[in-house]
Amino acid sequence: MKLSLFKGFAAVFAVLAISGIVSVAAGETVGETIPGDVQHASVQGMDYVSTLFVFVLATFIGLDVIRRVSRLLHTPLMSLTNAISAIAVVGSILIAGQSHSEYRYNILGLVAIVASVSNIVSGFLITDRMLKMFKKREGGK
Amino acid sequence: MNTWIQIAYLISTALFIFSLKWMNTPQTARRGVFAGVAAMLVAVIGTLINPEILASNYKWIAIAVVIGTAIGVPLSWVPLTAVPQRTALSHAFGGLAAGLVGVAEFYLSFSSSGHELGHFRAAALCAEVLLGFLTFTGSLMAAGKLQEIIPTRPITYKGQNIINLGLLSIAVIGCVALSIDTNYKFIFPVIIFLALLFGVLLIIPIGGADMPTVISMLNAYAGLSAVAMGFVMDNKLLITAGALDGSSGLILSIIMCKAMNRSFTNVLFGAFGQVQAASTDTVKKTVKSATPEDAAQIMEQANKVVIVPGYGMAVAQAQHRVRELYDQLTSRGITVKFAIHPVAGRMPGHMNVLLAEADIPYTDLVEMDDINPEMPQVDVVLVIGANDVVNPAARTNKGSPIYGMPIINADKAKSCLAIKRSMNPGFAGIENELYYADKTLMVFGDAKAVVGDIVKYLSGEGGGH
Repeated sequence: MKLSLFKGFAAVFAVLAISGIVSVAAGETVGETIPGDVQHASVQGMDYVSTLFVFVLATFIGLDVIRRVSRLLHTPLMSLTNAISAIAVVGSILIAGQSHSEYRYNILGLVAIVASVSNIVSGFLITDRMLKMFKKREGGK
Repeated sequence: MNTWIQIAYLISTALFIFSLKWMNTPQTARRGVFAGVAAMLVAVIGTLINPEILASNYKWIAIAVVIGTAIGVPLSWVPLTAVPQRTALSHAFGGLAAGLVGVAEFYLSFSSSGHELGHFRAAALCAEVLLGFLTFTGSLMAAGKLQEIIPTRPITYKGQNIINLGLLSIAVIGCVALSIDTNYKFIFPVIIFLALLFGVLLIIPIGGADMPTVISMLNAYAGLSAVAMGFVMDNKLLITAGALDGSSGLILSIIMCKAMNRSFTNVLFGAFGQVQAASTDTVKKTVKSATPEDAAQIMEQANKVVIVPGYGMAVAQAQHRVRELYDQLTSRGITVKFAIHPVAGRMPGHMNVLLAEADIPYTDLVEMDDINPEMPQVDVVLVIGANDVVNPAARTNKGSPIYGMPIINADKAKSCLAIKRSMNPGFAGIENELYYADKTLMVFGDAKAVVGDIVKYLSGEGGGH
């Protein structure tokens, strides 16, 4: 288990390294393409790095927290993370709710909301339904 | 207003982490669900108050939410044997949502209301669309296989891996080209098409026994597509929640692979089909068979019984009969434990949920690693619908395709009873020496019927013959 976790961390580091290089490159080229707005460009470049920071730290927390989840509960864990990954609803709402030149973008967003909300609702409900079934031995028996 | 939105997202992130943290024991797990619901509500409200969202669009969003709820609620009522299919379907929805948002973002970046894509965002957008759509079709295929709409046997053809890898590399090259210059607009639909196709082709060669790994992997992909969406939209909540989901999928995949002693690439690219041919030379050996009455008598004499359930138990819907057997034996003062192999069933932890549904206390569900040292003291092992997970060839026969896979050491117990429909080898087509061992008795028949007969004998036997 320890070794495989190490591999997991190594994979994350690899992702970090690659995306770091990409983002630095991106930051630089943004600076080149918008002359006269260098400050804006460098702020944008920094933004990518800060989102990568968030991603790496969140992955570390995620790996550590999930590692501690009881093996008994791996099925409910998966349905719970189903619901959590339906956080895509945030992006869907933003696309569906903003004003666009054409309605078809809003429609794409609305379909995405339907898909995410169905995951949120069914994910949380079925997780709770399963967890209710896990009981200790009735006292005294 | 923007600060408030960010604070809402921060609270939501913290609640998501608590939600997963509370899953570490069954006592606090339900609190975890409430934290998750609260986190999602805060996130949605935090998004809805965004001033960029037009008031006139709220009614459309509300309608979409109602439709989503109408689809989601019935999906949460499925029987627990169908939970793997539901989970796969849910991954498909998650992938679809990410993919559609990605498509909208891409074309919006060229319209007046959109923000121009930099290289980084273009790359993230490609990753989002690629992962989203391949998760969509891949999960639909997995759900179809689990529901047995699509044949569960691995479908293989010559050059499969080359074709798959070729398609994927074309898609990746397309992504790189788009990231370098977003004006190659025509590549975008090609990437979508390749992702959809690759999802199908990736799952076709994967058999039922590998489903736990595949489902975990698709779980990780769904999470990573949300992360990519977060990079594109510069939204930290999407990144953190997606990363939590992605790491969950990663850890579960690793556990599943370890439990089968196979590498990730082996599951994806080494279809079981190639393995079956190697193990066809079977020597006719004799097995000893017993009736349910014999089995009942043997278990009555025991002090300690370990039940090894497998997917066959779930297929036969025998969980509730097993619970009756558990009651009968424990009421006689016999210790009964369940030995759970990590890959038993069709998704991680599937057996635990099925047995919990049958009201078996979770304290009697024991992990493989914890039960194995106790095995020599066990009087009777009862194998119900499990096969490869108790096959001693995994320890002894270097030529066996499952060699090296950790197993439940049923052969080390004092005696063994195995309930099986027939002597047909299991899914992987591998002979099981356990059935030919001297201390093993086979009870042939449908798991539900056989366990039912054993229970009938035990309960009717109160006065003794």
